[in-house]
Amino acid sequence: MPAAALPMLTYRGIRLSYGGAAPVLDGVDLTITEGEFVALVGASGAGKTTLLKLANRLIEADAGTIEVGGRDVSAMPAHELRRGIGYAFQGVGLFPHYSVAENIAAVPRLLGWDGPRIAARVAEMLDLVELPRGFGARAPHQLSGGQASRVGLARALAAGAKLLLLDEPFGALDPETRISLGDALVALHAKAGLTTVMVTHDLHDALLRAPRVVVLDQGRIVADASPTDLAHSADPKVRDLIAAPIDQARRLAALAGAA
Amino acid sequence: MNARWTHALDMLPDRLAAHLGVSATALALAIAVSVPLVMAMVARPGLRRPVLGLASVIQTIPALALLALFYPLLILLSSLTQRLAGFGVPALGFVPSVLALALYALLPLLRGGADGLASVPASVLEAADGIGMTRRQRMVCVELPLAATIIIGGLRTAVVWTIGAATLATTIGQQSLGDLIFAGLQTEDFALVSVGCIAAAAVTLLADFALGQVEQGVAVRSRARIVTGIAILVAIAAAALVPSFAAPAQPARPVVIGAKNFGEQFILADLIGKRLQAAGKPVAIRSGLGSAVVFRALAAGDIDVYVDYTGTLWNGVLGRTDVLPRAQLLPVMIRELKARYKVETLGALGFENAYALAMKRADAQRLGVHSLADLARVSARLRLATDLEFQARDEWTALQRVYGLKFARLRAYSPTQMVHALQSGDADVITAFSSDGRIAADDLVVLADPQGALPTYDAVLLVAPGRAATLGPVLTPLIGRIDVTTMRAANWRVDRDADKQAPAEAATWLDGKIRR
Repeated sequence: MPAAALPMLTYRGIRLSYGGAAPVLDGVDLTITEGEFVALVGASGAGKTTLLKLANRLIEADAGTIEVGGRDVSAMPAHELRRGIGYAFQGVGLFPHYSVAENIAAVPRLLGWDGPRIAARVAEMLDLVELPRGFGARAPHQLSGGQASRVGLARALAAGAKLLLLDEPFGALDPETRISLGDALVALHAKAGLTTVMVTHDLHDALLRAPRVVVLDQGRIVADASPTDLAHSADPKVRDLIAAPIDQARRLAALAGAA
Repeated sequence: MNARWTHALDMLPDRLAAHLGVSATALALAIAVSVPLVMAMVARPGLRRPVLGLASVIQTIPALALLALFYPLLILLSSLTQRLAGFGVPALGFVPSVLALALYALLPLLRGGADGLASVPASVLEAADGIGMTRRQRMVCVELPLAATIIIGGLRTAVVWTIGAATLATTIGQQSLGDLIFAGLQTEDFALVSVGCIAAAAVTLLADFALGQVEQGVAVRSRARIVTGIAILVAIAAAALVPSFAAPAQPARPVVIGAKNFGEQFILADLIGKRLQAAGKPVAIRSGLGSAVVFRALAAGDIDVYVDYTGTLWNGVLGRTDVLPRAQLLPVMIRELKARYKVETLGALGFENAYALAMKRADAQRLGVHSLADLARVSARLRLATDLEFQARDEWTALQRVYGLKFARLRAYSPTQMVHALQSGDADVITAFSSDGRIAADDLVVLADPQGALPTYDAVLLVAPGRAATLGPVLTPLIGRIDVTTMRAANWRVDRDADKQAPAEAATWLDGKIRR
């Protein structure tokens, strides 16, 4: 983490309920600084996706303020805010009537870039997500799941966003693709100088990829620590959450040792 | 035969243009209404069921009825605007046709729009929002292209329905290809029906083809195909405007002559038209009008003159159920029409087109039957063939009551089959219309009604409020000039199979005949 880092994403006093009895988010304060790679984890319904989507205003909070790059997100039009933030999610949602290149070029086109600049950026983004440049002419339905996820990442970052929001980015992928894409993502994060916030329900992904893990439970942050500290946490809720993956890892290691 | 094809082709350009004009306007209106409704359904899915439900209900109303329903509604509206704003709304022809056809086109447009937009995957919408598209950009760049196939599918259905249903606009006084089809069906003129149907089918197929090009163009992202398709559509719409440029401007508002949808009415309308033209007045004929529409159109001044029948006016317009002798009925009717509707009756033409019973002349002579009273003596041994509605009509009840008619057998047939039944000896007595050309041609005898049991259906010439002074001098010479034999002969010229004439030709013959 760079020494003189500034806050990139700040949540203050966030509350939100969808009309139900229990609030979805119940007073969340969180600051993520430039260059960080943060995983948001928690059981389903803990509020992690909601918290992520507040940052680009796909969801609006009932109370509290959110700042991105020092600016209050509610002070600018939602579409302008979103064009400056990369967003990729489990469904990927590539535009099926656009080619891969056109998908990647979507935000630059909205921003009115000229043709040569867009073409150059598409090539650059294909390199960045480690896809052959020839893929630009393909249609989304010709891609494998892992390739589509990479195109989704390229589209999210094409306009030069420095904040990357990821909602279960590996959700629908087979284990092998998950691992290679996870590696690629960590490399990308460093290479492009990003601030990355990743929502995942998978503790392996969180503990093995992210230097900082934030644990949500029933709309509150119950832990915010490095994976090492988390693994030794005394908090029963955190222990419950990470006991299973650590146990699995031990059994796998035992298997490997036995062989 | 050749002359009939030429006649049909002569009629075609104007009717085709009018047909395209009314169809295109109705579709444009329907699309203009559908777009905000579809947007509302997308924004609030709860609206989907009531909106589509209402459109479905409209769809279940037969197109013919929907067209007829708009007429009285617009008359009401017209009298309202007349009172409030000082101007009327045209209730006949273009406006009601466009409204009814537009309503009819709504369902496929709404369903195509709503289903199309609902078919766009949620993940794609989330991506569009996530990358920072505005609502409008999302709609134009993502939702519409992805929904296009389904939306255009709905549009194609709407176009096919509208162009097809526009033929029915003839019945409420809008020129369309239906003019040829209805006139052709009534006068059994194969050339007219063929030209009308083929033209309607050709236009429908062409428009559908053009939309198919657009649909495929969107699917494979071929600009050339989209442009081709749109160019064809524009060309079709432009064809609607050609005759209005080509034709010289009408010098004055023409006298509008109405006609119902059968041969005798067509002939008489043409006859009236000839007389008016000879007097230097431009005329326009609105034929094929529904029986329920035509009188109201006259009373509202949408048409200026037409021929109706006393029995129809007595019962259908004045709502009377009593039967008066001919001499008493006519003056009462004239007075009532004037008092209630300000409609002027110029007089009776001289013939009657009434329900009657008819027999072969040879049979009638052998049995000594000249009147319905004679028939009652022998009817128990005879078989009666009626058309499909006669046995449900008051006339049949009256005949049984007054003359005590009882037949050995009673059967209902379609008109053609009824005549066949008589000719082949399967029936002895048939129902007939007294001015039917077939009566003389088949050598039938119409049985007299000495007790006056049947209502009279004298043909009378009616003119719109305030038009008697201009039209009276030209048309009064027709009063009392057309006897039933002459009218039968004129009708037969149009009805017969061999050497069949167009109504206009029969009208020329009739005009010459009654001038002598």
